[in-house]
Amino acid sequence: MPIPVGRDEVQRLLAEGAQLVEVLPQAEYEEQHLPGAINIPLKTLDAESARRLERGRPVIVYCHDYQ
Amino acid sequence: MSPRAAWRLESIGFSEVHDYIAGKADWGSFGLPLEGTRGSETRVGAYLHRRDVPACRLDESLREVRTRARAAGSDTCFVLNPEGVVLGRLGRAALAGEDDVSVEQAMSPGPSTVRPSLELHRAVERMRTQNLTTLPVTTSDGRLLGLLERDAAERALRELNCNRARTLSEGSQP
Repeated sequence: MPIPVGRDEVQRLLAEGAQLVEVLPQAEYEEQHLPGAINIPLKTLDAESARRLERGRPVIVYCHDYQ
Repeated sequence: MSPRAAWRLESIGFSEVHDYIAGKADWGSFGLPLEGTRGSETRVGAYLHRRDVPACRLDESLREVRTRARAAGSDTCFVLNPEGVVLGRLGRAALAGEDDVSVEQAMSPGPSTVRPSLELHRAVERMRTQNLTTLPVTTSDGRLLGLLERDAAERALRELNCNRARTLSEGSQP
């Protein structure tokens, strides 16, 4: 079950090596994203696109806000 | 959107997936860095010209606060609670009140504030429209981060626009 996290927890997880993924469309990612985030838009998220991620490391996903 | 992405990743086989539901709006509103073509360098948070903003508590007297504000070269003072949340503002006229009046009696409550993630051009536009010389900048939970000063913000915006135009022109050259 995905774990909801807040800002402080995100910073801690990143310091420990978590992977950060923005799931918004590419244009929104290019305008503005968290440092170190990669972009896998939700519409393209499948086993193939997720190969960019390492399975053994925690993953944090985010979008703009509670939308 | 991110909850669906988190569940999708789990369905693909990722065992530890975290969902930062508040997302980049929350991140930026706390002044944390953002990258991209409209990243932190285009946002108010990068241009806080005063972080040492004179501040006071509700129960202080105007005499104490005025002395402190003048020593800091300011004619305004922000009223904060112990958590640093902005409760009010003492402008020039309020600061000039009777010595023994309390800050709570003299302050203007609930001053307008902006987040550090606001785009600089929007903040400048707002200061021009409302004829403001400064804008207090707070996190989204109301904690004071600093002051954006209009003159400096306008200069920074001109520089940003010049840099953007230069980049565009370099990109369009054969």
